Amino acid sequence: MKKSKAFWGFLVLALVIYAVVQGMISGGMLDLYYQNILIQMCINVMLAVSLHIVIGITGQFSIGHAGFMAVGAYVSAIVTMKLGLPLIVAILLGAVISALAGLLVGIPTLRLKGDYLAIATLGFAEIIRIIFLNVDYVGGAAGMVVMNMTTWTYAFVAVVITILVIANFTNSRHGRGCISIREDEIASDAMGINTTYYKVIAFTIGAFFAGVAGAIYSHNFFIIQPTTFNFLKSFDILIYVVLGGLGSLSGSVIAAIFLTVVSAYLSNFPETRMIIYSLVLIIVMLYRPTGLMGTKEITSLFKFGKKGGSKV
Amino acid sequence: MEWLQQLVNGISLGSIYALIALGYTMVYGIIKLINFAHGDVFMLGAFIGFYAIARWDLGFFPALIIAMLLCAIIGVIIERVAYKRLRNATRIAALITAIGVSLLIEYTVIFFRGASPEAYPEVFANKSINILGANISSISIVILAVTVVLMILLHFIVHKTKIGKAMRAVSHDADAARLMGINVDNTISATFAIGSALAGAAGVIFGLYYTRIEPLMGVLPGLKAFVAAVLGGIGSIPGAMTGGLVLGVVETIVSALGYSLWRDAAAFVILILILILKPSGIFGKNTREKV
Repeated sequence: MKKSKAFWGFLVLALVIYAVVQGMISGGMLDLYYQNILIQMCINVMLAVSLHIVIGITGQFSIGHAGFMAVGAYVSAIVTMKLGLPLIVAILLGAVISALAGLLVGIPTLRLKGDYLAIATLGFAEIIRIIFLNVDYVGGAAGMVVMNMTTWTYAFVAVVITILVIANFTNSRHGRGCISIREDEIASDAMGINTTYYKVIAFTIGAFFAGVAGAIYSHNFFIIQPTTFNFLKSFDILIYVVLGGLGSLSGSVIAAIFLTVVSAYLSNFPETRMIIYSLVLIIVMLYRPTGLMGTKEITSLFKFGKKGGSKV
Repeated sequence: MEWLQQLVNGISLGSIYALIALGYTMVYGIIKLINFAHGDVFMLGAFIGFYAIARWDLGFFPALIIAMLLCAIIGVIIERVAYKRLRNATRIAALITAIGVSLLIEYTVIFFRGASPEAYPEVFANKSINILGANISSISIVILAVTVVLMILLHFIVHKTKIGKAMRAVSHDADAARLMGINVDNTISATFAIGSALAGAAGVIFGLYYTRIEPLMGVLPGLKAFVAAVLGGIGSIPGAMTGGLVLGVVETIVSALGYSLWRDAAAFVILILILILKPSGIFGKNTREKV
């Protein structure tokens, strides 16, 4: 009962936000620059939420998330540009192939723990990037020209679906299995939880939604290049999750929105942006290692508030 | 004698990796932290060496020593400011802090001097010596000589001095070492100092060998040196040397076969294979997991 109330509450909130923003776009109050920032925000929220399920919920430290985003971006670009299929098919195919990549990467690497897992996922992401760099079919280092097809509606619907699926997964039996792995892997193994299975599932779902984000990203700009998806992109995504709070869905959403706005304002000073980012990262880790929100959700801070916070 | 020349190139590259990997492996052995900022200390070493040679007109060896000293100081500062409070924190918190320190160093350098690359001055007349039909450049020989001397020095410090004994004791069991009256904090700082000095030396000889340095140059060699450390068995000093040399030779072979664009992938493929097949590495000991 309580859960479904949160579910409908979130849907209503999403509809209201959509109606307001759509009204502002139709009314000409938001020009292309702001629409672009909104789409970026949606992409970053999706990336943050999809990494949140791997790091925040399951406690597996993956720092190669940009690799899956690259798979989604390239596969969807091939589907629309080379095969001429519509965007929705491209997003789905990109996400499915990205999930398959997640499965392939996850099965061997998730046997590793902690630091080793982090380095192995980083290594896989670099391998994925180097593969795209060397395949002439997708343009190699020069990149691939992609038409601008993403609209605010696509991006927003994708974000809502991502958040709903991951929130429901977290509250399900499977999600509780994943949380128990985060809390104590050996103990949950001893309680009869198939830890490998749940880790791989969380990793695959994370890769799926990173693929969706990649597909929307690739159709938002006119060109995609392998260098976009390097480890710095992975660290960007990591910062959203860590800053928001390891284990807090609403925290990572708010951090992604906030940092997108900050980086849009600092886009003329990329070095300053990175210095601020890294200082924030160090200071948060030294003084509040669980991230700003910890494992709390925004719903537990305000009795009547719902997650999502204020957009725009 | 093409292959002999490639082998020498591989060993030169590999000894750079080995010098960086030693810092990773020593730090990991003692506080179980992947010091992501280590690759950036290597970059700082290259820049200090560059300024020492190009601006202050120093020779190669004074520049090398200055770079090593300054890097040792930087390493200790990083440890004291950022990592010391995290001794008892979770592994994820420590790792994220290390990534943060790494980004901070890179972008602070870019902020102050721009991202443009710098051409390393030539300190040695580049003569090539013909051995068995292979042309071996004098720079390769200098690199090898410096590496061998530093490794002998390291071996001496770790096995024959008091601080080396303390380092081995702390990495074996920090609590027991503290009970025996060893100053654990100072020992950890000394480990950072030695590891960072080696990275600084690697930076200078990297600049000499590749003649091009830039603020983000430390990232990829840093990651590869970590691969080398894992390959040799993390925590093991001979392992880091072997791992670095193997990695350098493998990369050179991949390039020589005409797949130079895949060179960077080779290191990560080795990493994943070693993690799946023998996670403890070549010289590592298997550790049992305790509850």
